Amino acid sequence: MDLLEHQGKEFFAAYGLPTSPGEVALAADEAVAAAERIGYPVVIKAQVHVGGRGKAGGIKLGTDAGEVRRHAEAILGLDIRGHVVRRLWIEQAADIAEEYYAGFTLDRSARRHLGMLSAQGGVDIEEVAATAPEAIARIHIDPTEGLTSEACRQWVAEAELNPAVTDQAVELLDLLYRAYVDGDADLVEVNPLIVTGEGRLHVLDAKVTLDGNAQFRHPNYAAYDETVERDEREQEAHARGLQYVGLDGTVGVIANGAGLAMATVDIVDEAGGTPANFLDIGGGANADVMSAALEVVDGDPSVRSIFINIFGGITKGEEVARGIIEALGRVDIASPIILRLDGTNAAEGTEMLRPHLSEGLRLAPDMVEAARMAVTAAEAREGRP
Amino acid sequence: MSIFVDENTRVVYQGLTGSAGRYYGLLNRDYGTQVVAGTHPRKAGSDVDGIPIFATVGEATEATGADTSCIFVPAPGVPGAVLEAAEGGVRFIVVITEGVPMHDEARTFAHLQRHHPEVRLLGPNCPGVISPGHCNIGITAGHIAKPGGPVGIVSRSGTLTYQALHELKEKGIGCTTCVGIGGDPVPGTNFIDCLAAFEEDPDTEAVMLIGEIGGSAEEEAAEFIAEHLSKPVVAYIAGMTAPPGKKMGHAGAIVSGGRGTAAAKVEALGAAGVRVGSNPTQAGELMAEVVAGL
Repeated sequence: MDLLEHQGKEFFAAYGLPTSPGEVALAADEAVAAAERIGYPVVIKAQVHVGGRGKAGGIKLGTDAGEVRRHAEAILGLDIRGHVVRRLWIEQAADIAEEYYAGFTLDRSARRHLGMLSAQGGVDIEEVAATAPEAIARIHIDPTEGLTSEACRQWVAEAELNPAVTDQAVELLDLLYRAYVDGDADLVEVNPLIVTGEGRLHVLDAKVTLDGNAQFRHPNYAAYDETVERDEREQEAHARGLQYVGLDGTVGVIANGAGLAMATVDIVDEAGGTPANFLDIGGGANADVMSAALEVVDGDPSVRSIFINIFGGITKGEEVARGIIEALGRVDIASPIILRLDGTNAAEGTEMLRPHLSEGLRLAPDMVEAARMAVTAAEAREGRP
Repeated sequence: MSIFVDENTRVVYQGLTGSAGRYYGLLNRDYGTQVVAGTHPRKAGSDVDGIPIFATVGEATEATGADTSCIFVPAPGVPGAVLEAAEGGVRFIVVITEGVPMHDEARTFAHLQRHHPEVRLLGPNCPGVISPGHCNIGITAGHIAKPGGPVGIVSRSGTLTYQALHELKEKGIGCTTCVGIGGDPVPGTNFIDCLAAFEEDPDTEAVMLIGEIGGSAEEEAAEFIAEHLSKPVVAYIAGMTAPPGKKMGHAGAIVSGGRGTAAAKVEALGAAGVRVGSNPTQAGELMAEVVAGL
């Protein structure tokens, strides 16, 4: 779950990290009112789940009410790499002397935490990693030990920050690591982490990804989920508890299991078609799940055919067949369905489905043939409403 | 022969009294697995269809000689259950439960490495392990796997594992052991652990590896294969067409910042001499060719 900048700062502040005072504004009037309360100069920042906001004109300095209003009006509604700005963060402007980078995440290969610290902050860290990897000081942290102050001091020294802020950095990184661990974040990043004109270390931006699996011990996570941007189809699927990702093709995909769903999307592409979505209905395939899945996929106006790919393991072919027959009795599906049913009792399931077969529901002998049939069916209906 | 488990493996189920634990525990027993015990802190002395329940794993291993644990408890209880199993004396712990927080996984794995280095953890969020004809621990439908050999399977994805077993069985090819390592951020057992074990197993003559987008586990596996594997490997990688930044189902499956792409994984595996199928069916066909040439 990715947080917006202002949510990330709120999250950091709760762990004692130094952030700037600010307010959320959804309209230009609110932005001006917020700026009046905070005091000029302020920074007007677009709140979207995407990087590169500054370059796109989504971050501006406002020195008076007129300037704040002008910038707020320009930024609201701005399209930043496909994300339309609907929310602003108005924050007291900071006096920047130096810009650093600090972050923690899991190093999957090492199966340990990884801290990254650089005196070259304020720019895309992946670019720094590619062009000047030696400029990033890395530290591996054993999760049972945590970040010890000796190790942290050594790490700060390696990063060659301004020696005057060493003690502050050790203290701040300890807080950031606590936020990462105790807050159950997959990723925390401060870029830039600045040194102010007065020589104070300060959090100027926040990138936080929380682990949705840890929501059971963080009830406040639910509020963050509400601001996650989803397109209409994803919103609908999310509300129905389906694992759905919208793509931009014409062949709708429904499969049981994430791996099989990914493989199904791939095989549609391989057959010369374009997948409209990824949808994993999980282990079972009962009528409730199947009808919800069919409705979501068929509700996508781009979809011209639907490829259902089910491999029965513990779930038997008969149960899958029953689910599909019942679902089709409940919902009216416009697109032709191509079904591939394999695995446990696939033959019995196929027998049950036989009387229900038509132009609207056809069976395919295997995955590859099913993809071909679905792509052909989609092409045949190209341009139809 | 097989890796990690065989017909002598004796399993205690933590969570046997719950609905999923009971369902799969009994299915595993029907398959022939030695399901010798279950645990529940307040139901000691009772039984689940004749399988005795103990208060702790320690008591269960003492009384039944269990050497392996299979965990079905809810996600918040998983770290405690794993530690209990390790302290209770089992050598192998299989965690089926999904939804375990990343930090819990990282802490638990590090704790085992430090205090119980002899214990192997598989999962969390994995389908388990099956040595067809001998032992099935977890949620794999046993009958889709053909016993025997010569293929060993290791997979990050549940349903694609079943698909692979099925493809091989259709072609009359048996499997020594099929290990589902799961797609979570901190897998207790990874590709390399399984590849090393298959290399040592005399009955495994070829390995099928099923990976997916996200992380760099497949690239690391490729490096290991190039350096250490004498046996042929066939692979399939799911997610060729996955768009960057979108999580496909579970925590591991995401292409971010140009990393973790299927193309990079396919290239790395190809460079290591692995034959990579463009879909699961083709991977099955490639494996049939490899087996025919053994």
